[in-house]
Order: sequence, then C-alpha cells, then structure tokens
Amino acid sequence: MRARAVRALPAVLLTATLLGAWECYVDAAGVEADLLPAPHAVAAALWNNGSLVWRNFTVTAEQVVLGLALALACGFLLAVAIHLSPLLRRAFYPLAVGSQAVPIPVIGVLLVFWWGFGIFPKLAVIALICFFPVLVTTVDGLAAVDPEQPKLLRTLDASRWQAFRFAELPAALPAALSGARIALAVGVIGAFIAETSTPTSQAYAGLGHEIVTDAGGFQTPRAYAATAVLFVFAVACFYALALAERQLAPWSVRFRGETH
Amino acid sequence: MATELKPRAQPSPSDSARGGAEIILEGVSRTYPAQSGAGVEALAGVSLRARAGELIAVVGPSGCGKSTLLELLCGLQSPDRGSVVCPPAVLMPQRDLLLPWLSALDNAALALRIAGLSRARARERAARLFGELGLDGFEQARPHELSGGMRQRVAFLRTLLAGKPILCLDEPFGALDAITRCEMQGWLAGTLAREPRTVVLVTHDVEEAVLLADRVVVLSPRPGRVIAELEVEIERPRVRTGTAVVALREQALRMLGMER
Repeated sequence: MRARAVRALPAVLLTATLLGAWECYVDAAGVEADLLPAPHAVAAALWNNGSLVWRNFTVTAEQVVLGLALALACGFLLAVAIHLSPLLRRAFYPLAVGSQAVPIPVIGVLLVFWWGFGIFPKLAVIALICFFPVLVTTVDGLAAVDPEQPKLLRTLDASRWQAFRFAELPAALPAALSGARIALAVGVIGAFIAETSTPTSQAYAGLGHEIVTDAGGFQTPRAYAATAVLFVFAVACFYALALAERQLAPWSVRFRGETH
Repeated sequence: MATELKPRAQPSPSDSARGGAEIILEGVSRTYPAQSGAGVEALAGVSLRARAGELIAVVGPSGCGKSTLLELLCGLQSPDRGSVVCPPAVLMPQRDLLLPWLSALDNAALALRIAGLSRARARERAARLFGELGLDGFEQARPHELSGGMRQRVAFLRTLLAGKPILCLDEPFGALDAITRCEMQGWLAGTLAREPRTVVLVTHDVEEAVLLADRVVVLSPRPGRVIAELEVEIERPRVRTGTAVVALREQALRMLGMER
C-alpha cells in the first residue's frame, strides 16, 4: 500500500500545483464565476450538491461500465470472427470503420424508438463508440500471433478450434483489454453524448446531462464539480482496467514493463 | 465447433510410439508457387527410407529444402509429385515456440491436453519426465524465465509426449551456444536410447549428424536432391574426436563441397 501511495505522489503534487495555479489565476485576473469558477467554488458546489451529483454519477457510472462491457464483448467476438474468416473481414471492417463517423444525435432518437426510454439506448451509444478501439487492437493482437504456432499445434493433432484456443485466443485477451483502455477515454465522453442525445425517463439523467443543464443555466460551479467527478472516474476506470489486464494476462504486462 | 475430447486411445510415450515406425518417401517434389509465376522448387525427386527406430540425419546447405521435407513428413504439406508414406509424425521446429502464457509444465503437456486429458493428469504425466531432462524445479516457470537450452528441452519434452512414433527435429540445437549444444546432443542420444523412435533430424552441423545418426542423408543446394547416403556404423556412445567420426565427417563435408 505504501509503495503505491508513493507512486501516486507525483500525480498528486502536479494536480495540487495546477489547482493552486488555477486558484491564483481566477483571483488575479478577476474572472467571473459564471465563466471560470475558482477551485474553492467548485469544491463548495460539490459539497452543497453532494447527493444530486452522486445520484447522477451512479447513473453515468453504470452506463459507462455496462457500455464498456458490451463494447468489449462485441468488439472481441467480432474481432475473432474477422480473424477466422477473411470473408467476414472484407464484409465487416469497412462498415465498422464507417460506424465511427455516424453522428450520435442522428441515431439517438432511433435507438429510443427501438428500445424505449430505459438504459439500453445509452448503452448502445457507448458501446458503438467504444467497440472500435477494442475491435482494432484485438484483430491486430490476433494477427500478431506467430503463424508457426497454430502449425505446430496441428502436428500435435489439434483441431482448428483447439489451435485457436491454445495459440490465438490467449493472445487476443490482453489486446482486447488494451483496446478497452483506449476506449475508456472516449467512453466517458460517449456517456456524455449518450445522455444528451437520447431522451430518458429516468429520474436522474446522469452527469453529462447535468453538466449541460448547469452550464446553460449559469450553475457553472456545479457543472465543473460534475466534470471533476467524471475526471476522477475516468482515471479510476483506466487503472482498474490496467489491474484487470495484469491479473488476467500477466505475461503480456511483463513485456511492456512498468507503465503505471 | 469440434469438441476437445477425441475418441481415440490416449498417446503414451511408452506403448504404440515406442520403437518408431517406417518412413517411405518416393520421388518427392515440392515447388512453392511464387507471384512471378516461376515458383521456387524446394525439393526435386527426393527418395528416403527409414526403418523403425532409425535416426536419419539430413544435412545440406541453407535453402536446400530440409524444412520442407519435415513438413511433408508431418503432413503439413503435400508433395506435388511422388508419395509420402509416413505414420503420424510430430514436429519440433527450429524455434521452440513455447506458448508464453503457459508454464513450462503446461507447455510440455500440451499434446496431452489436446488429446483430451484433464489438466491435472496431463501435468502429472509431464512432471514425471521433467527430472530426467534436468528441468527439476522449473515446472512453474514461464518460458521467458528459462534459458535457451532449457526452452529447447521443454520443447523436446512436448515433442516426446505427443506420443507419435516419428519425431521430426528441425535444427533443434541450432540456436544454442556450442557448450549447451554439446550437452543437448549427449542428452538426446541418451533419451533416444531409453525411448527409441524413428527420428528425422535436420541439421546444418555435419558433426552433429555423424554423432547422432544411424544414417546421414546429404542434400544438394536448391532444388534439394539426395546426393549421398552415408551409413554410420560407429558404436555408441560416439566421441567427436574419434577417428571414425572425424573421417565420416570429412567425407560428408567433401560431398557437400563437391556440389558447390
């Protein structure tokens, strides 16, 4: 525990420095609170609106985690299918690339039309945004497997499925998790987009929705407070994924050395 | 998807595979198609016979089709002309190709797992032979933690445990330093004395061929043809400084030189 605390120190110090600079800037330049609130104002807003922010946070967090899980599953399965069938690759890959260019607000209403006002349209949006990095890294991870490996397994009487299971599948796992870490960065923004593009019947619409409403309604400190929560959440998820990768695929982490 | 369990007898290094089996190659030719249309002729009319329990060494310059020959024996390729009559053969490739996500023990037991044994039983079978190969204590080590010589030994154990009567060894000691190579040659001779198989050993080291083989087959440069077959009737254990060994080595080298 101590070692980990020490490792986090540089980041903590840098954050503290930046916050200090921010505070001084607002104070010295006399910026209006509606434009750029000082850190202490943001902290106060967070303190005063604790339960509101928390309720919205749980909504957003649930969407991100489930959406990312859905993206991981879909991206992984599609990558495996593409790897095993060149025909599927030729059919699906261009469409997968193109899907990333679809403006979400355009299809947001369609998703609600299909799946109602519940959580699923938002998950679909987040999954749509996040599955692409997972797909690309997993396909590349599978392609990077030494082709001699499956050949060798065939001389050991392995079926195609066994050759895949022993020689290729374990290579795909760290690749997929690596893609998920990249996807996470966009995933949190994806949640934001999802919340603002798909009408919902839920009591709390999530932090994204909160931020947009607050920013528009001159509740800027609260909007910044919600943003800060998103920020910390993204960092936490990133490191959680890194931990998962270390647990599930320890051999791959060794090759990259200490990245965190 | 095929199930893992196969309806056949479990392979054992000590029953059906023991003693090896006969190999008959007649007039085998193999050309690799190339984009320019001409194609690379790897083998041209190679004929080879091996009795059960014999160790045949195949020597020749680089590119003479030695690896192709082994792949033909293992059923990974089909000849364009000629016939290959060869019972199940297992390949030990030049690079050890150990799976980085499995321990040394699991790597060695791979063939057993493919054949349908449970993980526990497969590990048990493999563990018994670990001591004989001087790998005691390294069962749980990952491949990257092992030295080159040890990895080759694990790879050889994997080859042996596949329970096939014919072993195709593709320059198994080529990547090792001279000292380790000597050790491994001695150890291979010892192992085969205990567990006789039909072995086709491809090597660029003529001395190694003379030390280990019952017969040395000399191939020409591409396209590979059999220039000569030398019977090695020297008593085992053989010493590299023995007059008979040296003489035969010189003879083989002369044959290789003549074709240049």
